[in-house]
Amino acid sequence: MKKFFSVLLASALAVGMLSGCGGEKKDAAKSDVIKVGVFLPLTGDNAAGGELELRGIKLANKMHPEVLGKKVELVVADNKSDKAEAASVAARLIEKDKVKVIIGTYGSSLAMAAGNIVKENKVPAIGTSCTNPQVTANNDYYFRACFIDPFQGTVMANYAFKNGAKKVAIIQEVSNDYAVGLAKFFKEAFVKLTGSPDSIIEVANYQTGDKDFSAILTNIKAKNPDVIFAPGNFTESALLIKQARQLGLTVPFLGGDTWETQEFIDVGGKDVEGASLSTAFDREKASTAEAKKFLDAYVKEYKGEPSALTALAYDAYLIAIDGIKRAGTATDSVKIRDAIAQTKDLEAVTGKTTLDKNGDAIKAAVIKTVKDGKFKYTDFVDVK
Amino acid sequence: MEFFEAFVNMSGGSFAQHMVNGISLGSLYAMIAIGYTMVYGILLMINFAHGDIVMMACYFTFFGISVFHIPWYLTFILVIITTALLGVVIERAAYRPLRDAPKNSVLISAIGASFLLENLANYLFSGRPLRFPNIEVLSQNLSLGSVQIQAISLFIPVVTIVCLMILLHIVNNTKIGMSMRAVSKDYEIARVMGINIDNVISITFAIGSALAAIGAIMWGIRYPGITPMLGVMPGLKCFIAAVIGGVGNIKGAVLGGFILGLGEIIIVAFFPQLSGYRDAFAFIVLIVILFYKPTGLLGEKTTEKV
Repeated sequence: MKKFFSVLLASALAVGMLSGCGGEKKDAAKSDVIKVGVFLPLTGDNAAGGELELRGIKLANKMHPEVLGKKVELVVADNKSDKAEAASVAARLIEKDKVKVIIGTYGSSLAMAAGNIVKENKVPAIGTSCTNPQVTANNDYYFRACFIDPFQGTVMANYAFKNGAKKVAIIQEVSNDYAVGLAKFFKEAFVKLTGSPDSIIEVANYQTGDKDFSAILTNIKAKNPDVIFAPGNFTESALLIKQARQLGLTVPFLGGDTWETQEFIDVGGKDVEGASLSTAFDREKASTAEAKKFLDAYVKEYKGEPSALTALAYDAYLIAIDGIKRAGTATDSVKIRDAIAQTKDLEAVTGKTTLDKNGDAIKAAVIKTVKDGKFKYTDFVDVK
Repeated sequence: MEFFEAFVNMSGGSFAQHMVNGISLGSLYAMIAIGYTMVYGILLMINFAHGDIVMMACYFTFFGISVFHIPWYLTFILVIITTALLGVVIERAAYRPLRDAPKNSVLISAIGASFLLENLANYLFSGRPLRFPNIEVLSQNLSLGSVQIQAISLFIPVVTIVCLMILLHIVNNTKIGMSMRAVSKDYEIARVMGINIDNVISITFAIGSALAAIGAIMWGIRYPGITPMLGVMPGLKCFIAAVIGGVGNIKGAVLGGFILGLGEIIIVAFFPQLSGYRDAFAFIVLIVILFYKPTGLLGEKTTEKV
């Protein structure tokens, strides 16, 4: 309780200070460098993710060191995986370092903690891998390079439609936000694609921890769907698919990136063969020229294989630089914000990126399918 | 209205499939509920660790078949024996020292034993799900007309009924069964009458846990993902089944298990839009039955309750 009040007090003070500062006239001195704030957890619980993303940003800075004829200088700030710290670090980047655009962060709660600061100071921020829809909701100054979780639903709807599915059954883990979000987006997108609300023939629910799905599967089997979309936890999903096969239901199953674990294949065995899921980035399949450059540079710099986090952070930097370039200014943060909001078909590592009206990335996703006990790249879905 | 719509639209094949699913699930619940009710009948305490004993038996089976490559039928026998021993050990460690303590203390001790087993499994086997060994003979699919049935689903009701018969025979017609009944009436008096109540209780736990092991093996074949939390939901559901049937009554537990299993399937079959509220169904049935018959369907009136 005490801690809660002290945090409350501290944030009240911080807000007070900020509103005081906001009134001051900021005269950005002309200089030869453009400062870009990097806002990541480099210590604390999320340090591993923050470190991978910092690599991506540094690599991007090395590949694209200049914009508007000036050198881009990274001002790296550590938000220490701590929400209170995140707010003050974001404020410091803006107040003290006078950055006009911020890149980061890993961790949705950290991004949300800084949300009000960037909004009040009118400095745009580009999230790297914060996937919670709340990060950009009601915040014109927060964008992100990753797509939000439920967007995978849209991706899978496009994939199902592309492969000729007409009638789909949805089985969602109703006690899981992630699964419900995916199912909702899938439903909307699929109905729009087919133009018929009847194309979703059934939406069935189950709870986290359920083991027996025979009743919902028997219902669905009687309705003869072409494909079943079943986002959810990997253990339940594997059991679900096994039981479907036992009931003689042979249609393909589609899901989200939570399935991409070895346990999904271990528990599901041969029954999950052919199950497909979507994911942001696949290193085997570089889709853009930028991705090839990125992969080469990464191997030279760090050895080994880059993670999706590194790729997304690289893309966040590209979005920032592209925004500054199109705004034609490195000092007017509102103009930069407007330019970033207009980002369209930007050639980035994880695919051509467009930002939607919420500031969330819309881009192609990779589809992987279980084949011979492994997740194999099968397709690339471009969502328009 | 929707009920009739669903009923009219349902084809005979689907209906038969639902019934098969329901009987298979119900007899699994029944199997595990018997173990609950046995311990309650003797000790008047709920053994909340029963679900976790089921979980441990699943891990034992995994180690027997997948790690040590013992043939499955031998593994089953070994698992039943080890699990019975585990039950006896739990009783020795967690319940016997509290024999003369208030009933509430034993109840708390049972919850403690349950957490201990879950965390122990988490520590020893990690939280990552393991695959229950695939026994082709039992997990293969059979088609009866349009109805698909897993071989194990045919065995489950048979095994449950056979176990029920054997158990009733032991309780009603043997000397140890007579001691059990004596202990359940009043263990102070039973002790005075020269019955070694510690032995009787140990044997009760051994039988209860052996039944849990049989239930676990069938559960594992039917739902082959093993996690440390595997026992929680079946534990709760089967406890409800035992209470519905009248806790302490062995036939009641079987009846309760069937009502619960069939009910859960039927509610989804006829009201597909309620599929997310299946668990709520179990609790509603429990409340309704207890409202009209506080001792459960086949329960006897007792003056003492936990």
